[in-house]
Amino acid sequence: MRNNTAEIVDIAAQRASNISRLKRFYSEMILIRTVEQTLLDLFSEGLLRGTVHTCLGQEASAAGVINALDKDRDIVCSNHRGHGHYLAYCADVEGLIAEVMGLPQGVCGGIGGSQHLHRKNFYSNGILGGMSPIATGFATAEKSKNSGAVTVVFHGDGAMAEGAIYESFNLAALWQLPILFAVESNKYAQSTRIESEIAGSFLGRAEAFGLTAAEVDGNDVLAVNDAATEIVSNIRTGKGPAMLVLDTYRMGPHSKGDDDRNPQEIESHRDNCPITRTRTQLDADWCDETKLAATAKVDAVVNTLKASRGRTD
Amino acid sequence: MTTYLASLQTSLHNAFEADARVVLLGEDVLDPYGGAFKVSKGLSTDFPNRVMTTPISEGAITGVAAGMAMRGMKPVVEIMFGDFLTLCADQIVNHIAKFRGMFNDQVRVPCVIRTPMGGGRGYGATHSQSLEKMFLGTPEIRIVAPSHAHDPGEMLAKAVLQAEEPILFLENKLLYPMSLAESEGAINVEYWDKESGYPTAIVRNHSLTAADVTVVSYGGMSRVILPLLEELAEEEISVTAAFPGSLQPLPIDSLIMAASESGRVVIAEEGTEAFGWGSEVSALLGEHLYGKLEAPIVRLAAKSRVIPAAEAGEEDALVQATNIEDAIMGLLV
Repeated sequence: MRNNTAEIVDIAAQRASNISRLKRFYSEMILIRTVEQTLLDLFSEGLLRGTVHTCLGQEASAAGVINALDKDRDIVCSNHRGHGHYLAYCADVEGLIAEVMGLPQGVCGGIGGSQHLHRKNFYSNGILGGMSPIATGFATAEKSKNSGAVTVVFHGDGAMAEGAIYESFNLAALWQLPILFAVESNKYAQSTRIESEIAGSFLGRAEAFGLTAAEVDGNDVLAVNDAATEIVSNIRTGKGPAMLVLDTYRMGPHSKGDDDRNPQEIESHRDNCPITRTRTQLDADWCDETKLAATAKVDAVVNTLKASRGRTD
Repeated sequence: MTTYLASLQTSLHNAFEADARVVLLGEDVLDPYGGAFKVSKGLSTDFPNRVMTTPISEGAITGVAAGMAMRGMKPVVEIMFGDFLTLCADQIVNHIAKFRGMFNDQVRVPCVIRTPMGGGRGYGATHSQSLEKMFLGTPEIRIVAPSHAHDPGEMLAKAVLQAEEPILFLENKLLYPMSLAESEGAINVEYWDKESGYPTAIVRNHSLTAADVTVVSYGGMSRVILPLLEELAEEEISVTAAFPGSLQPLPIDSLIMAASESGRVVIAEEGTEAFGWGSEVSALLGEHLYGKLEAPIVRLAAKSRVIPAAEAGEEDALVQATNIEDAIMGLLV
C-alpha cells in the first residue's frame, strides 16, 4: 500500500514538474516564433537587408536542447538558422532584431547580421558544417582547462553532408571531448529533400565513430529536453562525445519566399508543430495570454528600433 | 651558427616554457619523429600534455586551433606542407579571419598556423608550391615569412606569445638546414620595422647611400639572393635587397625607401607570377614612385605551370640566381 501511495505522489510531482517545464518551454518557443515571423514581416516591409533563415516549426529543438545546458559555462555553436538557438540561450530579443536590422544596438553592432551572432558563450556562423571544428576546439580547450563546460554544436541534415563534420567526429571521439553534436533534421537542405542528400543514417554515422547517439521526436519539447539533459549530464561526467538527432520539419521557407514545396505537404505537418503540440497539453487561456505577451514584447522592441532609425508605423 | 630550423625549435621550446597556454597540434609531431621537418622535435618529450598529434585532418585541426584560441589558449597548428593549406582554406578564410570583425571586435583568435612552403626538393607538383597568394588579400589575417636573413625564432615567439591576431607563419623547406645570415664580408644586414616584431631585413652588398639595383623578395628566396649579392659585390654592382618579414600587412614605406636607394627594382618570389604578391608590390611601388624610377619594375616568379618532380624541370620552373642576375644586369644596360 505504502509503495502505491508513494508512486502516486511521484507521478503527481512529475506531472506538476512537467507542466512547469512545458510552460517555460512554451513561453520560449512562442517568443522564438513571434520573433521569426516579425523578421519575415520586417523583410517584407523593406526594413531588413540580406536574408533571414527562420526556424519556424523547429522551436522545440532550440528550447529543449539549450535548456539542458548550464548557460553560465556551457558553449553553443549555431548555424545560419540560429535565431531560435540564440533566443533560447539568452532571450535577447532586442540584440537579435537590431542585429538583423543592421543597427548599432545589435549584439554584433549590425556587422554580423542574421547568421553571425556572438554573445557570451554563443557563436554562430553561416558556413555549413564549418563550426564543427571550431566547436571541437572549444571542447578541447574546456577539457584541458577542466572547466566542466559542455559544447553543443547544431547542424541541420543538409550540413551533415559536409566533410568537416566527420573530421570533427573523429577528433571528438579520439580525444573523448565534452561535445554534443545536435542534428536538427528538418528534412530539407534548402530545396533538396533529405532522401537526395543523406545516405545511410545519422545514428549509423555516429556509431561508426564511436559517438554515443540517440534520436528523438524533435517536436516533442519535453522529450528533447529529457534526452538532451541525460546526454549533457553524461558528457559532463566524462563519458565522451555524443550525437542527438532531432526529427523535425521546417514549416517555413529556407529563407524568405523561396518555398516550392507542395503546400499540402507543409499542411500535413501543421498539427505536429511543437508549439501546437505543447499548447494541447496546457491551459488554452494561459497560452493565449503568453502569446499576446510575446507579441507585445516583440512589437515594443520593433517600435523602439524603428524609431531609432527614424521610421515608425 | 644557429640554423633556421634550430632557431624555430628553440623558440617553440622557449614559448612553451614562457606560457602554459601555448600548445602545438599537428600531424606526426610527437617524438621521436618530431614533425615531418623536425620543427617540433623534442617538444613532446619536454611538454607531453601540450603537444597533440592529430589525424590527417588539416581543415579540422585548423578550426580546432581557432576554437582553442577563442577560449583563452595560444595554439600553434603545424600543417605538414604548405600545399595542404587548401584543405584549411574554409577555416582560415570564413572562420579565423572573420570572427573578430563580424562579432564586432568582441573576440580574438590568436592562433598561429605554421607551414613550410617552397620547392627545390623534387617533391613534385603538390608538395612544392608557394600558395600564399591564395590567402594574401584576405583581410584580418597576418601573413609572415621569415627569410634566413631574419631571426625566424624571434618572429615565431612574437606570433605565438604576443600577437592578438591570427597568423599564417610561412617557413621554407630549403631554409631549414641553413645557417642564419649575418653581416660578414661584403654583406651587411640591418633591420627595419623592428617594432612590428616582423622586421624587414635589409641586406646590402655595399656601404653606399645609393645602390645600382634594389631587389624586393621574401622567405626562401633569400637562399639564392644572398650568395648572388656576394658575387655581385666582387663585380662592384651594388644591390640593396629588402625581405619584409610580414607579407601582409606589407611594410610598404620600407619597400619604397629601399626601392628609392636605386630607382631600379627587381621583385622576385617563389610563387607563380600572375595575381601574386609581386604584382601587388609592383603596383604599390609604381603608384608611390611614379616618375621617380629609372626603369620599369621587373618581376620574377615561378612559371605558370605545375612544378615538375624531375630536377631540371623543377629548376626551370622556379626562379634561380641566374634569373635574378640577368634581371639586374638587364636594368643596368
